[in-house]
Amino acid sequence: MPPKVVEAHNLTKIFNKKVKAVDNVNLEIEQGETFGLLGPNGAGKSTMINMLTTILKPSSGTAKVCGYDIIREAAEVRRSIGVVHQEYTADEDLTGLDNILLCAALYGIPSSTAKQRAWELLELVELKEAAKRKVETYSGGMRRRLELACGLISRPTLLFLDEPTLGLDVQTRVAVWNYIKRLKEEYGMTIFMTTHYLEEADAICDRVAIIDHGKILKIGSPNELKSGLGGDIIEISVNTDKLDLTTLIREIKGVKEVKKADALYRIKAERGEEVAPAVIEAMRSRGLTVSKLSMIKPTLDEVYLEYTGRSLRAEQASEEEMMALRRTLHKARG
Amino acid sequence: MDKVNTSPLHGIWALTNRDLKKWYKVPFIFLMSLIQPFIWLALFGKAMNITALFTGSAFNIPGLNIPKEVVNQIGKQIMLQTFGTQDYFSYLAVGMLTFISIFTAMFSGMSIVWDRRLGFLDKVLSTPVARGAIPMAKVISTVIRALAQAAIVLLLAALLGMDISHITPAGLLGSFLALLLLIVGFASLFVTLAIRSTSWEAQMAVMNLLNLPILFASNAMFPVNYMPTWLQTIAKINPISYAADICRQLLLASPGMSDLSFGFTYLAAFAATLSTLGIILSWRYLSK
Ligand SMILES: Nc1ncnc2c1ncn2[C@@H]1O[C@H](COP(=O)(O)OP(=O)(O)OP(=O)(O)O)[C@@H](O)[C@H]1O
Ligand SMILES: [Mg+2]
Repeated sequence: MPPKVVEAHNLTKIFNKKVKAVDNVNLEIEQGETFGLLGPNGAGKSTMINMLTTILKPSSGTAKVCGYDIIREAAEVRRSIGVVHQEYTADEDLTGLDNILLCAALYGIPSSTAKQRAWELLELVELKEAAKRKVETYSGGMRRRLELACGLISRPTLLFLDEPTLGLDVQTRVAVWNYIKRLKEEYGMTIFMTTHYLEEADAICDRVAIIDHGKILKIGSPNELKSGLGGDIIEISVNTDKLDLTTLIREIKGVKEVKKADALYRIKAERGEEVAPAVIEAMRSRGLTVSKLSMIKPTLDEVYLEYTGRSLRAEQASEEEMMALRRTLHKARG
Repeated sequence: MDKVNTSPLHGIWALTNRDLKKWYKVPFIFLMSLIQPFIWLALFGKAMNITALFTGSAFNIPGLNIPKEVVNQIGKQIMLQTFGTQDYFSYLAVGMLTFISIFTAMFSGMSIVWDRRLGFLDKVLSTPVARGAIPMAKVISTVIRALAQAAIVLLLAALLGMDISHITPAGLLGSFLALLLLIVGFASLFVTLAIRSTSWEAQMAVMNLLNLPILFASNAMFPVNYMPTWLQTIAKINPISYAADICRQLLLASPGMSDLSFGFTYLAAFAATLSTLGIILSWRYLSK
């Protein structure tokens, strides 16, 4: 069994004696895994990351990160992890290169190694040309990529990514994920990330956890969670309203549930793409034709909705507004 | 694993250097920080021409025919006894050295508030840098900046006519040592006050509230002897007075209010107490 990189036991954080930001979380992450924490604003994702990265002390409970206790061996934890925060943390008045070198120095990396790695990373995140420009001239996408480079300078065994693609346009998001995937392959890192984009989590994470009000509501691989909802939904219309085909359909392998509404059948099945042809075949062998067929595969959106009772879509607008606000704040300072 | 530096002091220089880069790579801020003492020197120092009050044509008693040389001699004696030097400009110029030091030290608090607000502090906290390195780096960068600025102020003052006839290399060194101790103490104080704060407005308010009173309740602008007793008491425990006094003794050959060794001991104790306290408190706070 691969070693555990994160082990959290009853991890809890209470702010100001009343806000339970993280509530008795138990969590295990294996080496090499990409783990995603999904949840609405204020669910406790960043608080969770802040505790695991030793920025915040838990109110109760314990956790081990890379085998070290987050309270007693905080320095060792910090040495083994890389963190990309939700906010942009680079120093605006310094150049991209200076920012990376500063991070390297904070990790105690000797300057010759640091320089070599910094240029490698700048190449990787395609910031080589902009390396000697001040960060205040960077676009949002460039800043994110710079943050990523900073998080990777120490070649961490575990990389924390707090909303790494927040506020980025679609192309940049895809680009950022491509970098992350490449880095993962190159360095064999374990990744602990949070995101608001469920399609991303679905495509990238080996396992996800849905968190709300500080509690983990559901944990598993994206496929497990999706099939946990009862599987795909196939709807067919058959050109007969005399026969009741419900029992016939139910006997087909893989079908879990059938509902009839006039000539329309609503079928729940584990793997829709295999069941649908079988259904058509069964109809044809009775001399019936399927006149219409549609299939819905549940996405993480449905899973998310099921467990949090909220849809993420509605929240994204305000999230983008917040980013805009943050950028204004950055500017205000210059 | 690659070889990394795990000493508790690693990262201090990188953090210090970062603050310094922000300072010397942004000429605007650099110039701004010099403008205020310059204005004070040029306007205040020259406009409040106290020297002229007592010497030359300004001082004339009608009816009495006192010879000009006598008047001037009396004026000089008054100046010398009051300010320890023959012109007020030189007196004030040395006071300005302490002023620029205090002013820069106050900004160290401001900069740590910004680091917190902009998330930079959180980033630093997630790296293996020792917590104490963070306030230490702030204090060190402040000391370097403030001393550089004091040197420029001294140069400006010399150009504007400060009495430089008594300046010696040893005197300069001693003066800057006194300023260094003063800055270490005040920078530690303001970093400690700021380390929990996320509000730069509050920090600004503290600065505005304190900067003139602590300056006027010292001998930076005016000698202590002529103050009311209560103010004298404050001025005599105010470390600014000792720094200014040492600088005046060493740069202007003025008779001091206390002897040099007492002044240095007082300043060293001030710097040691506040920096130790500051680093311990911020270390504990940042480890939460
Ligand atoms: N320093 C703090 N003091 C008091 N309350 C806090 C603090 N930090 C977070 N909280 C509260 O804890 C809860 C969880 O916040 P957290 O930042 O972890 O949410 P999140 O899941 O990261 O949200 P988002 O998606 O908006 O980033 C929120 O109710 C928040 O208001
Ligand atoms: Mg968050």
